[in-house]
Formats: sequence, structure tokens, C-alpha cells
Amino acid sequence: MSMETPLGRVRGLGSAKSGLIHWWHQRLTALALIPLMVWFAVSLIVIASGTYQEAVDWIKDPIVAGLMILMLAAGYYHLKLGMQVVIEDYVHTEWVKITSLVVMTFWCIGLALASIMSVVWIWLGG
Amino acid sequence: MADAKNRPLSPHLQIYRPQLTSLLSVVHRGTGVVLGVGTLLLAWWLIAAAMGPAAFETVQWFNGSWIGRLVLLGFTFSLFYHLCNGIRHLFWDMGAGFEIKTVNLTGWLVLVASTGLTGLTWILGYAVRGGVL
Repeated sequence: MSMETPLGRVRGLGSAKSGLIHWWHQRLTALALIPLMVWFAVSLIVIASGTYQEAVDWIKDPIVAGLMILMLAAGYYHLKLGMQVVIEDYVHTEWVKITSLVVMTFWCIGLALASIMSVVWIWLGG
Repeated sequence: MADAKNRPLSPHLQIYRPQLTSLLSVVHRGTGVVLGVGTLLLAWWLIAAAMGPAAFETVQWFNGSWIGRLVLLGFTFSLFYHLCNGIRHLFWDMGAGFEIKTVNLTGWLVLVASTGLTGLTWILGYAVRGGVL
């Protein structure tokens, strides 16, 4: 019978594999965002400087509203995953790191929700 | 825990000799952060559109001001850069394009493409509206 502690036994054997989901989701959202961002950028050429009515009419199209919600959901999730890595890499003081992660996560969820609700609101008729 | 202090570190920004590869890597993260802050403007635009014409006017006034245009220009470049370089990253994830020659070539390609797409977007934007924004 080994006198080693469980921690001593696993140390050096590699990761717990939970990082894979983070990595994979970042790539999945990246892949989804390629066509979505191209669509959005091209749309903005026309719509960015338009009137209120043009913008609202544009978002009321169910395909536009749908693509917009997909873009917002994938975008904010991608942002959350990316910012998490940046914060974990560069912020080393524990409480500052944790606080930054909390604020960043709330930022992403809050803005994503507000943006998606706005799209749904406009889509349903304002 | 004895070797905890001797574990390898990522190259640190201040002591790492700048090269195209490291520079583009830093810019990828930088543009990611810029886009993250820029979401505030996108959210403002959408919320204002949901609120009504008056709120929307305010956003469009900001977007049309010189500082608004500067922010949008930075946002456009960040978007295209992060998009192009992100595609470069996805190829690396598939195990392709790691040779130094290829890495430098695709690096320059990303710079040219993102600058070109930014310029094209703004030229088209002005052409469509005749410079209203």
C-alpha cells in the first residue's frame, strides 16, 4: 500500500481535462462567428448611418433578428471565454483576478441579455 | 511543490524580442479586448433602437461625431483583424501552417487583409450614404 497522498499521486500526470471544453467552445463560437460577423459587417455598411425607421425595419425581418441573436449569443460567449484567458494570464493578485473575472462575466451576460432582449422587442413590434 | 517555482513560463512581454509573430499575437488579444469594450456601443445602438427614435438619434449623433467615427474605425479594424487572424489560428488548431515561412506569410496576409477590408468597408459606407455618417 502506497503512503502517497492522492494529490501526490496525480501531480505531474497532466490536466484534469476540464480545460478542453473551454478550448473547444472558443473554437466552435469562433467558427460560427466567421460568417455571422461577415454578414454583420456588410449589413452595417448600409444600416450603420441609416435612419431609425431603416434600422428597426431591418431588425424586424425574422432572418435578421435570428442571425443577430445568434451573433450576440456566440459573440458574448466567445468574449467571455477569451477575456477569461486574458485575465487569468495577466492578473496575478488573487482578489483582483477574481473580481475582474466576476465583473467581466457579469458584463458579458448583462450586455448579451440587454442586446438580445432589444432585438426580440423590436422584432415583436417595439 | 519543490519545483513549483521552476515551472516554465510563457515568454513575458517586456523581455521578449518583438517579432512579427509575437506582435500579431499581442494585437490579436488587444483587438479582442477592444471588441469587448466596443460591445458597449453595439448594445447602446440596439437598446436605443428598441427604445425609440429619440434615443436612437442620440446614438447616431455620437456615431457621427469625430470621436464616434474614430471609435467605429478602431472597432472596424479590430473586427477584421480579429476575424482574419482568428481564421489563421483555426488553421493552426488543425495543425497547418506552422513553418516559419508560412507563419510570416500568413501574418503579413492578415495585416494586409484586415487593413484592406477596413478601408473597403469605410469607402463603401461613405459611398452608400454620400458621407452622412
